[in-house]
Amino acid sequence: MLTVSALSVSYGAIRAVDGVSLAVPAGTIVTLIGGNGAGKSTTLRALSGLLRAQAGTVTFAGTDITRLPPHRIVALGLAHVPEGRMIFANLSVDENLAMGAYLLRDRDRIAQNRSEVLELFPRLGERLRQSAGTLSGGEQQMLAIARALMGSPKFLMLDEPSLGLAPRLIGIIFEKIQEINRRHGLTILLVEQNARLALEVSAHAYVLETGRVVMAGPSTDLRTDPRLKAAYLGG
Amino acid sequence: MIEFLQQLINGLGQGSIYALIALGYTMVYGVLRFINFAHGDVYMLGAFAGLYVAPWTLRLFGGGPSFAGAAAVLLLAMAVCAAAGVAIEWLCYRPLRHRPRLNVLITAIGVSLFLENAGQSVFGADPKSFPEIIADRALDLPASWGPFAMLTITVGQLLVVGVTLVLLVGLRHVVRRTRLGLAMRALAFNPGAASLMGVNNGVVIAFTFGLGSALAGAAGILTSIQQSSIDPLMGVNAGLKAFVAAVLGGIGSLPGAALGGVLIGLLEALVVGYISPTYRDPIVFAVLIVILLVKPTGLLGGTEREKV
Repeated sequence: MLTVSALSVSYGAIRAVDGVSLAVPAGTIVTLIGGNGAGKSTTLRALSGLLRAQAGTVTFAGTDITRLPPHRIVALGLAHVPEGRMIFANLSVDENLAMGAYLLRDRDRIAQNRSEVLELFPRLGERLRQSAGTLSGGEQQMLAIARALMGSPKFLMLDEPSLGLAPRLIGIIFEKIQEINRRHGLTILLVEQNARLALEVSAHAYVLETGRVVMAGPSTDLRTDPRLKAAYLGG
Repeated sequence: MIEFLQQLINGLGQGSIYALIALGYTMVYGVLRFINFAHGDVYMLGAFAGLYVAPWTLRLFGGGPSFAGAAAVLLLAMAVCAAAGVAIEWLCYRPLRHRPRLNVLITAIGVSLFLENAGQSVFGADPKSFPEIIADRALDLPASWGPFAMLTITVGQLLVVGVTLVLLVGLRHVVRRTRLGLAMRALAFNPGAASLMGVNNGVVIAFTFGLGSALAGAAGILTSIQQSSIDPLMGVNAGLKAFVAAVLGGIGSLPGAALGGVLIGLLEALVVGYISPTYRDPIVFAVLIVILLVKPTGLLGGTEREKV
């Protein structure tokens, strides 16, 4: 569904992503793991159009999206839950959800999506009128995912959904991610530092190091790979 | 006491003008984090747009001053200014979107100087008398008001305050209840996140300029009703005062801009009434210095949130 070939992205003179190729088949969860500064977030930011790629092509559902601006890419059904969540802290929880459905015109569809995401994250339903800036970290992550789902995406990119959350909350968020994939058939590209967790929920994984793919394969294989164990899974 | 009330009434009219202009500064600051120094000159354009369309609309609505004719002048001037605001943003600011913010700030000063000088060569540098688009006269206050019947309240003053209130309510509706208003607020908080929601930031920024400029155009007409004389440099002083008002209220805050405008208008009237007209401008600009020293976020502005 998403094909990336030889993608390169630079910040000034520094090449953060260097010739990355990957593929995410429809209906699957694929993960991108690696340490700090490996280029995982930069890759996602280039895929959603927030950063301009210097080289390479990105094809989504048959369309070349390499040079499209973010709002055109979202319109094709590729949603990005960015690192740091980037919820609108000056808006209410309900207004954040409304922003997620910004491109939808069909009111019935919006109402249906709203009730679906509130069913997925009941906690948000109790806080609709509250300013989003007052939510806890876990609730903000739920809101960021719910907001992305409001637009009826076909494909979801999640950047570090476990970051800064307590272990119990991480468990809940990852259950929800799997549920979204199973129940709604949504394709997911998951970026994670927590490699163990990412390999558990995904079908396929790519390991990034200093902007390059250094390992790739089915997640079940990578889980037992001695090199990966040493570097990311704590021996 | 009556004297004091009279000064407040006089100040409220001028304060409404400042409030309308200040809203444009604060809205643009909200979405782009820069001060559009050409904004005061858009207000001047509004007055001149009114000057040119007034004879035409007056004829259309029966020759003499009328509320329908005045409303037509107001709406046309707002439309002209909205178009001018969008054009200025498109031609002068948009190409500099990804440059250092100082570049666009200096460009804004350049646009301001351009409009002032082009105004003098196109419209003429001498003051023009603005046609009477409504019959402005003092209201006869009923004798039963006792000493308050001695107050002077004019049709023009009522109209200025009334129209300003209507525009403020309308603006509030647009910002709080419409899809574009929601996008404006989202964009003001985080442009990247807004674009990830599908917001075309360029369109929303143009819309913001159009909206703010339309309000400045309305202010240009409302001023002309009260003062009857307009000139191409009228936007310099009014623009700076409105900028002070926006900072006083808290730059980025819409209610703050409205409040700051009214407060500056009242302050001016009191200085003129009780001290001396000579001190009007120095005292207003002293307010800017004091507010920046004591409370840079202004009366209603929140502390600038750290951006993620």
